[in-house]
Amino acid sequence: MNVLVDAFTIASVSAGMFFFLAGTVGLLRFPDTLTRLHALTKADNLGFGLIVLGLLPQSPDVASGVKLVVVWLLVQLAGASASQLIAQFASKGGPPA
Amino acid sequence: MSLLPDFALVLFLLMAAVWTVAARDRRDSVIGFIVVGLLLSLAWIRLNSVDVALTEAAVGGGATGLLLLRACARLGPIETEGAHPQLPLRILTGVLCAVVAAALATIVLFPIEPAPTLAPAAAAHMSELGLGNPVTVVLLAYRAIDTLLEKVVLVLALIGVWALTPDLLWGGAPGSLRAQQSSGPLTFLAQVLPPVGIVIGVYLIWNGADRPGGTFQGGTVLAAMWLLVMMADLREPPEIRLHKLRQLVVFGPVVFLVAGFAGFWIANGFLSYPPDFAKPIIVLVEAALALSIAVILGMLVAGPAARAPR
Repeated sequence: MNVLVDAFTIASVSAGMFFFLAGTVGLLRFPDTLTRLHALTKADNLGFGLIVLGLLPQSPDVASGVKLVVVWLLVQLAGASASQLIAQFASKGGPPA
Repeated sequence: MSLLPDFALVLFLLMAAVWTVAARDRRDSVIGFIVVGLLLSLAWIRLNSVDVALTEAAVGGGATGLLLLRACARLGPIETEGAHPQLPLRILTGVLCAVVAAALATIVLFPIEPAPTLAPAAAAHMSELGLGNPVTVVLLAYRAIDTLLEKVVLVLALIGVWALTPDLLWGGAPGSLRAQQSSGPLTFLAQVLPPVGIVIGVYLIWNGADRPGGTFQGGTVLAAMWLLVMMADLREPPEIRLHKLRQLVVFGPVVFLVAGFAGFWIANGFLSYPPDFAKPIIVLVEAALALSIAVILGMLVAGPAARAPR
């Protein structure tokens, strides 16, 4: 049973790392602000979500697990809002001088 | 293998530090400083100093970064001739920095064996105070006078910022923090996040007695929530002449001072606590301090008054 749980953690966290890697490559390689944001949010949402999912079975008690999920939700909220703000500035011709 | 992430962290830290110093643009430099703060907090976690890591992330990266960004925005395109230091001054600065770095390197590379430590002495009396977090014990009990002075310095810093107000505007409200265009996502964030953030801030303060956390970290989170609401233009910054605002600013230090002087009657002198009531007094002082820190940090970022009092 433990082996199965560990295997799930390794698989899920690795998949999460892959999305972070892909997101970073996208951030560096994509041509403009909106596509770069798109790549970055994939890393934030999917990558971080998969890492949290993988770590959930390893948490010592329910409270720690709930905290992990709350951290993920907060990162989602912050990431989504920040990228909306950046996109808004980008589409209106750059940040104020 | 386990050293690999640490090496990567050190490398990133050095790169971010060099970028901060070398960046031509003022704002780039500040962003580099914020990155250094976040990386430093990861480094503190690797060193098992979670308290320091939380403080670095909240104050070093967050609050100070925001202060510097605001300063950049205020300075704007002002580019004075005398702003660039002369060559002798630059050389002197470089030499002094090199001396500090060399001294630190010497201490790290050739440590005294056994390293001098006060940790056992600090741990020995923890049970008498009823607290579980040694950092809080040192900050609020053993070295309470340092913490008290630190908070008074914060009040002085705010007075310093307010002193920059032109005479005509004295007592008025600081300039609005809102972005130039109103923004739906920012308003949404400022409506959704504060309830969660306030709970987390209070949790950090309450937690500080027994686990990592404390007044400064919690107070900074509270200040961040207030600033978010002001930036989204849901609330204006208050006028600096308001008595209620000024009372909140000095509330924490005053409670700390009262608790300190009460020590003459209920314990063995200034800033000492009676054994049976040590924990309640410390938690009360921490809560009062956190409230004042939140107000002071918020008003520090908001800056001097920019509108005449109504």
